[in-house]
Amino acid sequence: MIEQLTTIERQRALVLLLAVTFGGLFVLIAGKDEVLGIHGALIMLLSIAAIFYVLAGYFAPEPTAPREDSYYDEPAKAGILLAMGWAAFGLFIGDWVAWQLAYPSLNFEAGWTSFGRLRPVHTTSVIFGFGGNALIATSFYVMQRTSRARIPDQLSPLFVVFGYNLFCLLAVTGYMMGITQSKEYAEPEWYADLWLVVVWVTYLIVYLRTLAHRKEPHIYVANWYYLAFVLVVAMLHIVNNLAVPVSFGSAKSYSLFSGVQDAMTQWWYGHNAVAFFLTAGFLGMMYYFLPKRAGRPLFSYRLSIISFWGITFLYMWAGSHHLHYTALPQWVQTLGMTFSVILLVPSWTAAANALLTLNGAWHRVRDDATLRFMMVAAVFYGITTFEGSFLAIRAVNSLSHYTDWTIGHVHAGALGWVAMITFGSIYAAVPWLWKRESMYSPRLVEWHFWLALAGTIIYVLAMWNSGIIQGLMWRTYNAQGTLAYSFIDSLIEMHPYYIARAVGGLLFLIGGLIGCYNVWMTVRIAPPQLVPESAADYPEPTVPGAAAPQAAE
Amino acid sequence: MLHDNLVWLAKSAGLFYLVALSIVIVAWVYWPSNKKRYDRAAAAILQDDDRPLP
Repeated sequence: MIEQLTTIERQRALVLLLAVTFGGLFVLIAGKDEVLGIHGALIMLLSIAAIFYVLAGYFAPEPTAPREDSYYDEPAKAGILLAMGWAAFGLFIGDWVAWQLAYPSLNFEAGWTSFGRLRPVHTTSVIFGFGGNALIATSFYVMQRTSRARIPDQLSPLFVVFGYNLFCLLAVTGYMMGITQSKEYAEPEWYADLWLVVVWVTYLIVYLRTLAHRKEPHIYVANWYYLAFVLVVAMLHIVNNLAVPVSFGSAKSYSLFSGVQDAMTQWWYGHNAVAFFLTAGFLGMMYYFLPKRAGRPLFSYRLSIISFWGITFLYMWAGSHHLHYTALPQWVQTLGMTFSVILLVPSWTAAANALLTLNGAWHRVRDDATLRFMMVAAVFYGITTFEGSFLAIRAVNSLSHYTDWTIGHVHAGALGWVAMITFGSIYAAVPWLWKRESMYSPRLVEWHFWLALAGTIIYVLAMWNSGIIQGLMWRTYNAQGTLAYSFIDSLIEMHPYYIARAVGGLLFLIGGLIGCYNVWMTVRIAPPQLVPESAADYPEPTVPGAAAPQAAE
Repeated sequence: MLHDNLVWLAKSAGLFYLVALSIVIVAWVYWPSNKKRYDRAAAAILQDDDRPLP
């Protein structure tokens, strides 16, 4: 990795790492009386290790080949490997907490292993660790190919990948130590949030600079989605995390917002995290890797643009559907509900566009599990967006809210859509990036596909059943007009579904581990060197018209 | 008061801004002279030449 950097870039890397080391030292000293100090030490140790890594390669010869001849893929490769690592970790934690819900003693009575701490470890690891690294990696891959231009410098994309992973690491280790600002999907505290702003702005600059150098006149639609993801996530992250820390030596901060404003800001953030992190970014992935793998252009490029503007402009208003029947003004709830229903149009346009692109390539879907991952992802995208619009309707929400139905909906999206399109894209990109003929084992890709699909279906069906039963039990009244069931009655009814959900999650986890192994082996095992054939190995050149038998003879 | 003003703005200007925006987008996308650009863009990613253009 270091040998690809020029000398000046190696020096800049060292300066940057020294600055981060001192930043860590400052956090360590300021927060020495709190768990914050542990994060300071962690930042310091990691950057010192990185300094040694840069120094080890510092005196390697500079890259000689003209760089403009090839794309810069080191950051994308690192991002994909990190994404697979986070997937294994995050899916494992997810399945662990799923078993905890069925058998609570599996928290082993420790603080850091309690459900309340491990649950955000799971969501952050899979959404930001797995999903975020996959988005960053594939966006670096896609923006260069579609621009036909190399990333202009080599240090900043590496900073984005590793800086982002430092953020993820601070987040999950913080939760285990009890550091959280208790905002869903925005749990990390102020210092980690500030660090992410620096990383994310760098990411935006890398993206825009590469596009500015593009040789293609038109910016391919995948880039629009990726850019919407980068830009809007920056905006959401900054606004929702506006807070004042107790002191520089304390991890604790207080949000700028309170009461219903806090709830509205949080769900404006939360639902747009679904929209721009888990949808727009992955649609960018889909609009590049699906046509590329199928070998066919998009069914309708025009529709992809229309659904882009629809998704970006409508999603922005949908967040308040998370706050039906709350202190939020009724009209704001209705606004969120209405926009959520209209959102079905651009969402299904995108799903249909993907599936219609496969017309003429269905034989490939049958034979190629990688393309099948992407096809199933598009189907689940359609299912989940329909369900989302449906659940946003106030009357439906009165049954579904606070039940497992929501969890089922989220996982239809996260497992069926996000993870499937990501695994499909990774299986497509890994051989292309590492210059291999194919994945190490196409059979293992098949195994992964069927385990992932079975796991998702078991998970989602279990949560649908469980959620609707919960919702019905909580609203059943007896003849006296009081509730027929206590909360614990509904909890007992959930037990078999919680076991089923954990089994589904286990299948998905096993599939993910198989994927890790397959990617690792593809990377590790170099393709067999072709033995140069001697001239004698070639057939005798035939003299035209002499030896070839005529058809009529 | 601020709340009332915001509600008024959302229900009037907000509505027309989104309707106008969608008309502009659809017209732009289906403008006949843009067709060639989009067809080219859709086909361009399928080229297998995996190197930047000079």
